[in-house]
Formats: sequence, structure tokens, C-alpha cells
Amino acid sequence: MANIISDETIEYVSILAKLELSEQEKKQARKDMARMLDYIDKLNELDTTGVEPVSHVFSVNNVFREDVVTNSDDSQNMLKNAPAVKEQSYKVPKTVL
Amino acid sequence: MAKQYETVIGLEVHVELATKTKIFCGCSTAFGGAPNTHTCPVCTGMPGSLPVLNKQVVEYALAVGLAANCRINQYCKFDRKNYFYPDNPQNYQISQLYLPICHDGGIEIETAAGTKIIRIHEIHMEEDAGKLIHDEWEDCSLVDYNRSGVPLIEIVSEPDMRSADEVIAYLEKLRLIIQYLGASDCKLQEGSMRADVNLSVREVGTPEFGTRTEMKNLNSFKAIGRAIEAERERQIELLEAGKPVIQETRRWDDNKEYSYAMRSKEDAQDYRYFPDPDLVPVIISDEWIERIKAAQPELRTEKLKRYKEEFEIPDYDAGILTSSKKMADIFEAATEICKKPKKVSNWLMVETLRLLKESGQEPEDIAFSPENLAKLVELADSGVINSSVAKEVFVKIFSDDIDPEQYVEENGLKTVNDTGTLKKVIEEIVAANPQSVADYKGGKQKAIGFLVGQTMKAMKGKADPASVNALLREALDQ
Amino acid sequence: MDVLNMTALELSEKIKKREVTVEEAVKASLEQIKSVEKTVHAYVTIDEKGALKKAREIQKKIDEGELTGPLAGVPVAIKDNMCTKDMLTTCSSKILGNFVPTYTAQAVENMEAAGMIILGKTNMDEFAMGSTTETSAFGVTRNPWNPEHVPGGSSGGSCAAVAAGECFLALGSDTGGSIRQPSGFCGVTGIKPTYGTVSRYGLIAYGSSLDQIGPVARSVSDCVAALEVLASYDKKDSTSIKREDCDFTSALVDDVQGLRIGIPGDYFGEGLDTEVKAAVLKAAEILKEKGAIVEEFDLSLVDYAIPAYYTIASAEASSNLERFDGVKYGYRAKDCEGLHQMYKRSRSEGFGEEVKRRIMLGSFVLSSGYYDAYYLKALRVKAMIKQAFDRAFSSYDVILGPSAPTTAPKLGQSLSDPLKMYLGDIYTISANLAGIPGMTLPCGKDSNGLPIGLQLLGNCFEEKKIIRAAYSYECSRNYEAPEIAASEAGKVVE
Repeated sequence: MANIISDETIEYVSILAKLELSEQEKKQARKDMARMLDYIDKLNELDTTGVEPVSHVFSVNNVFREDVVTNSDDSQNMLKNAPAVKEQSYKVPKTVL
Repeated sequence: MAKQYETVIGLEVHVELATKTKIFCGCSTAFGGAPNTHTCPVCTGMPGSLPVLNKQVVEYALAVGLAANCRINQYCKFDRKNYFYPDNPQNYQISQLYLPICHDGGIEIETAAGTKIIRIHEIHMEEDAGKLIHDEWEDCSLVDYNRSGVPLIEIVSEPDMRSADEVIAYLEKLRLIIQYLGASDCKLQEGSMRADVNLSVREVGTPEFGTRTEMKNLNSFKAIGRAIEAERERQIELLEAGKPVIQETRRWDDNKEYSYAMRSKEDAQDYRYFPDPDLVPVIISDEWIERIKAAQPELRTEKLKRYKEEFEIPDYDAGILTSSKKMADIFEAATEICKKPKKVSNWLMVETLRLLKESGQEPEDIAFSPENLAKLVELADSGVINSSVAKEVFVKIFSDDIDPEQYVEENGLKTVNDTGTLKKVIEEIVAANPQSVADYKGGKQKAIGFLVGQTMKAMKGKADPASVNALLREALDQ
Repeated sequence: MDVLNMTALELSEKIKKREVTVEEAVKASLEQIKSVEKTVHAYVTIDEKGALKKAREIQKKIDEGELTGPLAGVPVAIKDNMCTKDMLTTCSSKILGNFVPTYTAQAVENMEAAGMIILGKTNMDEFAMGSTTETSAFGVTRNPWNPEHVPGGSSGGSCAAVAAGECFLALGSDTGGSIRQPSGFCGVTGIKPTYGTVSRYGLIAYGSSLDQIGPVARSVSDCVAALEVLASYDKKDSTSIKREDCDFTSALVDDVQGLRIGIPGDYFGEGLDTEVKAAVLKAAEILKEKGAIVEEFDLSLVDYAIPAYYTIASAEASSNLERFDGVKYGYRAKDCEGLHQMYKRSRSEGFGEEVKRRIMLGSFVLSSGYYDAYYLKALRVKAMIKQAFDRAFSSYDVILGPSAPTTAPKLGQSLSDPLKMYLGDIYTISANLAGIPGMTLPCGKDSNGLPIGLQLLGNCFEEKKIIRAAYSYECSRNYEAPEIAASEAGKVVE
């Protein structure tokens, strides 16, 4: 395999992705990611010099809304989905220590 | 000899735009709603929701960019900045990294050493985060998404400032420009203008910059001044001790006058920016730029010049009046009604500023209407009320925006010009104060002051002191 | 009268003629669900009560002449990644296991406005990541043609439900072939329109620049009639496109005279099953006999579509799925110490293996130092693939090929080797990268009795050309439905 994924890389990416992997999962992730990257490296066979990266296939642009209030309060319904609520707010573990 | 250090400062200024709705949804941006009542699937990051750009945000960003002499990216895009935090409902913030709307501008500031240009690296559009409240009773935080999605522009300067004074001059200039454009009210205390300070120090004469830190949570000019001083000292101490300055974000605590690092092993500071596939590019035509330029309101320099010419008011007064958009607006509107610029100016320059200072407010907080000020000017000018009554009435206008005509009427504050009534009161005063009358007649001119005062007191202040004076002399000189 | 044997259009027609009531149709579908669901497991949520209530409302509107559309009164199913107000919407994930949206996706609203009745929500690969519907957190869906086989994916539930007669039409979504591949495996017809034709508002995003909603049906006519309902400009979706050529049903003509059909040689090489190849070439032969001009050509870049796709889709997915954090909705892990543990455990326990695999890959390719080498590179290759299609469509009206290299694999064979599973998307993926429309319809069965899918690709905004080809081909054959051995079959694989 051309790509070697280190434990540190897996650790780093799981911090970015906010995932907690077991030792077994980490081992598997190293393998899977290396294999996928080897496969993705196939793209380097193509000379893309001078090719502009395309994020939108169609040249749609300038889609705007007017600055007019259209939404009304639906917070009671929306909060029903929240795992924890207090005082009409989404309750989370303390963010500062 | 001790080493000499130079402070190098760049600012990232966030300004909440004065739109009615959020940047990507039709929710109101109004302050003060109950938690989460100004939210919808878009600004709470509900699955399946999609953003649509508020056109007014682009217009305001363009107006500020043009006023700050920026170049415009006529093809600009939005990118996602990915990081997890509960006030950020999608866990990515829609912002601009690769193609921000404005770049390479600058504004002039006045410093002790003369005029200086602070260059602006870029201005980009982005969405604000929600508000986190730390619960006092329970070990938890509460999230309110009412502010989530409120439009912001971030104005990033080059590291061109060298002192707290320059920073404050730059911020004041920026604030004035934005207020004049009507793009934001720029209130530091309320958070509609926020500045993050990037600061490094270096030995004088060194060509390279030192390692910088970023300081957050600065919500007044005073706090900014203190934070800059403290951070400069902290960095110099480190360098003197042979320790490195670590590039990091620090949070300023203005009560403790101390900053602390916001680092955590769970924050990688790797935002993985990439173009937001849910939004399409914004293409800004030459015509659009021209339209914004043409609609640009008169900025301070032009106003200053016009005030001097049109209203013939002194430079100093014109300077103060135009130092706040709100003040200038009230001045012009009141003058338009009563046609007495000098009088209106006096009320603003003296009484208004005094009352603002007393209540710890800024000119932008002025809450009275120009109509009521104009009426007061008329009442005082035509002698319907005397000047001390006028000041009293103005205090009520300042606090409650009362209608002075009605107020004077209801409280019977009109000056009594009925000579008969006055003469009668004077007769009584003269009779009751033989000693003062004798002193006056004996050549003590000052004694008349006491008699005027007694008369005014008897009239409960509702007399014109000049008339009282004249009538008294008349009575005594007989 | 056997309601279940009708196409959606026939049913609606009969309802309007008062030969069938809406309630009868809904009840017939619900009966069928009851009898085969144990075997097929196409649904995650079945809304029996809601559907029957709606049936009476719709009947009234039809009777009063308020609803006159060609699909009024038709019972349908919705893939469970489209938001439905007050109805569970899970993306077949534990992390959304209890999520009840406060609003309805625009595409679903269009269906409802046209008088269709939602029976329930269909199973899928978790967050549409997968090609077999085996990554669902709520159990696998089985192929109605043979319950030992997968229905394909990720819209496996929708395609299986249509094939098994558990609804007349269904909505799927297609990010890399998720409508077209399972349609092929289940012997039904599905279309992924040009990107931007159907609003994505309310579709829970996987790869936003690639995702597109489309219909699945038993016939080309049903499918196209549904597409006409779905297609609409939506100002809530910035990538929605204003089109004035959405009268797709006008292209339902049995005439391919002069239609230029290209067969990409690179779709018929190594890895393609011989029976699939033969069936697809046979279909081309039939179209040729009907007057089409059929030629072989080189599309090129076919092998680069999959790596480009997995880079782009994983990157977008890693960001799109960040919102699932246990704060606002969905699953939150119990007894966490502090915020970061809450995030990590909720997500690790809430997401399945395949989803986590793609989130990790996507986070990596966007991370500092790799963005240019991986993400931007993939976007450049995407541009080249689009150019390759532009060249192809300058010579051909329609590109014809298989929808997958094989027929449906057996359950449990695909997930052990993800990369191999990804390779199965080779014929469908490039349409998403290029934004072009693609359609799958049945073109026979292999020796095991499993359906083979024919895929037709068209240039952007040229759905009508593929519809013409598809309809003409369909006219040459009869629709075949699977015979589902009710509960017995279920036991075999349990």
C-alpha cells in the first residue's frame, strides 16, 4: 500500500469528525482509509493542469431572497425534537469549565 | 540598556448588519425575543433545510467595502468553516475564505503623528452564532438560536497599527463609516460590533513580525485599550525571559484584566474550508457596483464641509455633530423644522452631551425625536419659556421624548409676560425688602440681583429675568 | 378487479371514473404491505391511519373536481431521507431514530398537492451511503424477486416496495446511482433527473452537489408522470433550476426514428456479467430495429469517476453530517462527561460503520494539507468528466448501457469489502458528477431469475430524449412483477 495511515492521523481525524473509535475500529479505519486513498490516488494519473475545479456543474448564480420576514415562531414544535430542553433553550453539557 | 519593543496590531472586526432578516432565512433579526422564537429549520440546522442568501447583505457588504476603498471580487462564493460548538447549529459556519466579497482597501486615521492609512486585507460575509447561557443552578449551558444566522461582515485589517490609540482611532473611523451607511448601529456593548485583536511584539528595527496571539471578548474601547496593554506586557515578559510566544487564541476577562488561552486538545483548529455546495456564486456586475456607489449616502467629510457652509456653524461644533450619524441626523432634521441651526446645535453640543455622559450612553443611544427638539427651540426662542425652564423641559425630552408644547401647557411653565401681574409682585417684593431697596438706592447695584431673585422665586421661575430686572429698576428709580 | 395489477396512471383513471375508490386503493396497498412486508421489509414507517384519513380527503377533492391530475388518489411511498411533517424521518439511522420533522420536503409536498397518498417511509442505506440497503440501522430490505438477495441501494426500500406492489410509486434519491441501481436490481423503472430539476429542500443531504430526488415506478409512463409532478423551481433551494420544458409526458411516444444512441465501449469491458451484457445489447438491438441509430464509442475517464465521486461525496457528507450532534434533535448518548464526550459518544453510537467510514475519509480529504491534493483534484476530474459527456452528447442523443455490472448480489456479500461495493456503482456515478439525467428500466432477467437493468443517460435538460427511448423500448415488452412467496421466504434467510 502506498498510503500509510498512522495512529496519529486516525486520532487527529477523529477529533475533527467528533468520533470515538474503539481500538478495533481504529485499526480497521487505518486499513480502510489507506486502501481508499490508494484508490483515490488513481486520479493522479490524470493531468489536470489548467482544468478549473468545478463545484457547481451549472452556472447558476445570484440566487437571492428579499429582506422580508417570512417566518413565524414554531419553537415549541422544533424543541420537541431536542434531547434536553430548559427554559425554551437547547440544553447541553456546560461549555466552559 | 533595556530593549525597545514595538507592538504590531491587526484587527478582525465583526459587524452585525442592520437587515430585517437573517442572512440565509426569513427569520427576524430583532433583539429581545424569548429564546428560540426567532428560529426556523434553516437557522437551527434542521436536517434537509437549505440556505438562500439575503440580497441586502450583499448590498451592505458592498457599500462598506466601497466606502473603505476596497476592490470588489465580482465573482465571490461562500465556504463552509467546519467546527463543533453548540452555538453553531450545523457545526459549520457559512463564511467566505477563498473569494471574499471585498479585498485590498484601507481607511485613513488621524494619529498624534498625523494621518495614517490602515490597510484592509478583506471584508467577507458570514453568519453569526447563537447565544450560550451558562446555567447558574445546574451544570449545563443553554442554547438560544435567535442570533444564529444574523448577518455579519468581518473586516480584516493588515497588521498596520502600533498602539491602542491607533486601534481605537481605526475602530472609531470604521464605526462612523458603517453607521453613516446605515449598515449597522455598531454598538460594542451590545455586540453589534466586535473586535478581535491580533497582536505581536518585536524589537524596534527588526524586520520580521513576532509570533502573534488573537484576543477575543473585547466589548468596549476601554477593554480593548487594557487588553492591548496587558498582552504587550505579557509578550515582552515572555521574550525577556527567553520564552517563546505561542500562537493561540486568548480570551480577555476585563474584570480581572487578564487573558487566558482558549486551547483544548479537542479543538484542532483545522476548519476544513470548502465551497458550500448549497449556495451558488454571487456575481457582482459593474452596474451593481455603480448603483451602490450612486446610492452611497453623504459621508462625514462631505457633511462636515456642508455644515460649515450651509449652517455657518463653527468647525468645532460641526466636528462634534458629525462624529455620530445619529447626532447629525437629529441636527439636520430639527434644523429643517425650526431653521435655527445654531440653536439646535447648542442643545446637542451642551445639554445632550452632558445628559449622555451622565447616563453612560453614546450618541447612537439618543432616543428623542428631532420634532420635539425643534419645538423646544421655538418655545425658548420666542420667549414662551425662559432658559432655565427650557433646560428643565429638555431633560424630559431627553428621557421620555415628551412633546414640549404639551408639557409646558400642562405644567403651567409659560413665562408670565403680563406686566400688571409682574408689577404687583414687584411691589410686594419691594415692600418686603426695605434693606435691599435702601442698599440699591444707596448705590449698591448688586442689591438688585437679590430682588430679581426674590421676584423670580415668587413667580416660581415663570418670568423672564430681563423683564423682571427692567421693571424692578423702573419701580426703584421712580 | 385487481387494483394492485394496475399502473398508477390506470388506477387514478379508474378512481376518476368511480370504478375504484381511493380508500380501496389505499386498503389494497396496506393489505399487500401486511402480506409481504415480513419478507421484503421495504418500510421503516407505515402510516396506516394517516393514509386512510387522507384517502377520504382526497376522494372528496376528486369528487368535487378539485383534484384532476393524472396521479390523484395514488398511494405512494417516500424514501426515509425526505422530511415529512409530523411523520418519523430517520434516514435509517439510529442517530435520527426519533426525529419528527416540523416541515415537509418540497418534493413530497408536490406529490401531496397532486393528490397522492403517503403510505409510509421506506428503508434505505443509512444516510443513503451504500449500494445494498444493508447499512440501515433498522434491518435489511430483501429483493422481492428473491429474498436471499439485496434490493440494491441506497433507495432499496422504495424500489422493493414498488416491485412488491406495496405502493404504486415511490420517491428515491440518487447521489451516485441510488435510484438507478436498485431499480435495476428490483426490475422497476426509476429516473434521476438533471441536477436542480427537483427541489432538494427537505432532502436530508448526503452529497449536496450530487443529490437529486426522482421517482420509482412500475412503468415508464408512471415514472414520467411522477417526474412531471416533482419537477418545479423552488426558491428555497438555491441550486434549483428554472425550467420551462418540464412537460415530460409529451415525450411518451413510441418512436425512436433517427435517435442517435451511443454505446460506450468502456461500459462493456472487464467486470460486466455476460448475461447482463447480453440483455443490454439485446435492448439496443430492439431500439435499432425501431429506427434508432446505434453506435459504439469511447466515453473515456470511466475509471476515474468512482475515486472522484468518493472524494467529493465523502467530503460533503463529512460536513453535512456534522449537524447530528445530540444537541437539537436525534440521539444523544447517556451519562456523558462534558460537551466533547457528548458529541463523540452520540455520534459514535448513533452512526453506523459505513457512515463513519465516509465521515472519516471526508474529514481527512478536507483537512489541512490535503485539500488541494484530494478535494480540488477531484473537482478538476469532475470537470473533465463533464467535458467527456459534453463531447459524447455532441454526437449522441442517448447513451445506453447497464445500470450495474451484475444483478443483485446475495445478502451479506457486499459489506465486507467496501471498495468492491463501490466499484459496483461504476456505470451510474458519472451521471451525478456531470449532473446529467439517467433512467433505469428492466430489460430481462438472468438465469437466476433476477432482473437486469438498462440504463439510458441523456444530456443535461434532455430527459425527453431518454424518455422517448425508454418508452419505445418498453412498448416492446410486458411488465413483469415478482411472485413473492409470503412468509416462507422470510424464514429462509432469517
